[in-house]
Amino acid sequence: MDTSNKIIFEKLNTMSEIKTMAQYAAEGKMPEVLFWVGCAGSFDPRAKKVTRAFAKILQTVGTEFAILGNEETCTGDPARRAGNEFLFQMLAIQNIETLKGYSIAKIVTTCPHCFNTLKNEYPQYDGQFEVLHHTEYIQNLLDSGKLKIAKNGPISKQKLTYHDSCYMGRVNGVYEIPRKILLSLQADIKELASCKSRSLCCGAGGGQMFKEDEPGDKRINLERAEEIVATETAITAANCPFCLTMIQDGMKALDKQDEIMVYDLAELIIQQNNW
Amino acid sequence: MIQTLVFTIITIVAFYWAFSQFKNIRSTIMLGGETNFEGPDSRRWKNVLLVAFGQRKMFKRWIPAIMHLFIYVAFIFTQIELIEIMIDGFTGVHRIFAPLLGKFYTIIISTIEVLSALALIGTIIFIIRRNMLKIPRFQQPEMSAWPKLDANLILIGEILLIGAIFTMNGADMILQERDPIHYPDTGDLLLSAQFAASVFGSVPTDWLMWIERAGWWGHLLIVYAFLNYLPISKHLHIILAFPNTFYAKLISRGQMSDMPAITTEIKSMLGLTSETEAESHEEIPDFGAKDIQDLSWKNLLDAFTCTECGRCTSVCPANLTGKKLSPRKVMMDIRDRATDINKKLKTKSVQFISADLPKETTLLKKDNFSDGKSLFDYISEEEIWACTTCNACVEACPVLIDPLDAILQLRRYKILTESAGPSDWMPMFNSLESGGSVWQVSEDRESWFKND
Repeated sequence: MDTSNKIIFEKLNTMSEIKTMAQYAAEGKMPEVLFWVGCAGSFDPRAKKVTRAFAKILQTVGTEFAILGNEETCTGDPARRAGNEFLFQMLAIQNIETLKGYSIAKIVTTCPHCFNTLKNEYPQYDGQFEVLHHTEYIQNLLDSGKLKIAKNGPISKQKLTYHDSCYMGRVNGVYEIPRKILLSLQADIKELASCKSRSLCCGAGGGQMFKEDEPGDKRINLERAEEIVATETAITAANCPFCLTMIQDGMKALDKQDEIMVYDLAELIIQQNNW
Repeated sequence: MIQTLVFTIITIVAFYWAFSQFKNIRSTIMLGGETNFEGPDSRRWKNVLLVAFGQRKMFKRWIPAIMHLFIYVAFIFTQIELIEIMIDGFTGVHRIFAPLLGKFYTIIISTIEVLSALALIGTIIFIIRRNMLKIPRFQQPEMSAWPKLDANLILIGEILLIGAIFTMNGADMILQERDPIHYPDTGDLLLSAQFAASVFGSVPTDWLMWIERAGWWGHLLIVYAFLNYLPISKHLHIILAFPNTFYAKLISRGQMSDMPAITTEIKSMLGLTSETEAESHEEIPDFGAKDIQDLSWKNLLDAFTCTECGRCTSVCPANLTGKKLSPRKVMMDIRDRATDINKKLKTKSVQFISADLPKETTLLKKDNFSDGKSLFDYISEEEIWACTTCNACVEACPVLIDPLDAILQLRRYKILTESAGPSDWMPMFNSLESGGSVWQVSEDRESWFKND
């Protein structure tokens, strides 16, 4: 494969200060939106790059946003889906207290699992917020003209494929927005054999991220990586930190990690705009 | 006269027997616990109309959807003919609607014939698909023995039924020419008129009368047999698909079922409840589902609605990669366990009364039932731990069954009540409990924007 297809992001070092909700509150101000970073976005080396990419986009378009910082904890999704309802509700109820304490109305997150739990499960415990996934937020920025995407950037004309995460796709029915963003990047989308409502899971959901696969023929992420290899594209776009890890691990298992790059949509925008 | 009498007796027996079997299915489903329903009726009726009646979700796979549609439409339409057969049977008249409806009768019966022919094509293709083409979803371990035979019995039954319809109509065509007084004119039935002369034209009249009756009785008896076979068969979906789509979850797929008992507990722990609330909470019950009584009746309705098509299993990422989990098997296991418990409850035998209760003075009920088994004798832990909660099974089911809900309730039992589960999860649970993150980390949550 032509190595000119390789796109590596090593930028994003220059970023202005990011404020926490506590700082905003101390100044007596309210940001437009709270950026819910999530555990992966905070600690996972790969996902941290996505966090920075999205924060960079927000800063560049001039969105006032805050993070919770150390006041944020896991939404409880992996605990709940693993069956540990007690732990989930403990985290959920405490997070809701924190969010309500700051009178937060609007939340954006780069993680589909955080997104789903905040949006669909917190209302059960009186936590009503407007919750957006970062792809939805980016689409709104594009629609309002606040975010402009460079023509003929490095992503333009690139053959790439898009992996639907379960929790944005099947669970929340968001299929078109990520594809619209990819089209605005002028990318040449080649759909996977199983895509949209039939998309194959990366293997991380339901707590699987934190345990070994049960005995079987192969790991789920390997199955998905093979499907991706079959599309003969150089880039895989994703929208979930766990999918990123799983698919990259799959590529490593197939020794394709240098040929097929796996990126979040926010990272592709950064690259296209050369920010 | 004798025929009318025999007909009446058989009809009463068939319906009575079927009724008692369906009642039994209902009581088995109601062994499940309560469940909450949210969402307006209008959306429920829309699901019934589009998903059950309109078969919308079948059309994710075109070939089986069209074959299935042939059989389904033929089945619905043939009910019109069945009404006539019933009236004829009780009154002793032959084809009572023919003179009343005239030309319209010819159209109706001809339509039934065309649909029956299409259904025959569909049935034959289904038999080939099931038995000769090695379609993976029909080759899973759970599809051996009875489930395999069950599927073929239904298909063979359909062929016999269609055979009976054409025998009845074909013979009738010739008899109408020979004895127009007893055999009223039906007009030329679209398909029977084509083959009647060559097949039955040279058969003596008295023989032909017997052949016509054989077709008529064959049709009727196969229908009655089907009616009574449904409750022990996967074919039950033709009825339960309707209530099952009506009662399907309307809230977001992303919202797992709530456990209010835990909420009360946590709120009082965190000091978020008023004193009266805190005091009123009762003894903590077992959490999650260990057996079918802990599942909701909707979970059991799901299980009895399942027609074992395996669309769920064929898209399950765990199953696709060789894990033991098969959402279809989970539903079949729940159904089989529920059937087993209902059978044992009906014996009223004291041997099934939970050991800690006095056997002499206790009446066997679902709440004190114990046979030393549980759903985990049917479904292994390995199966439930393999689920990624990806919702592919939920999306795939043509009749809105939710296997995921049952799987998660089984997980809850293992984790919350037995404190069991994959040892890999323990560090995750511990980190969440102590530090609020899925990983045990020493860094700050804000460290991501400080360069590293």
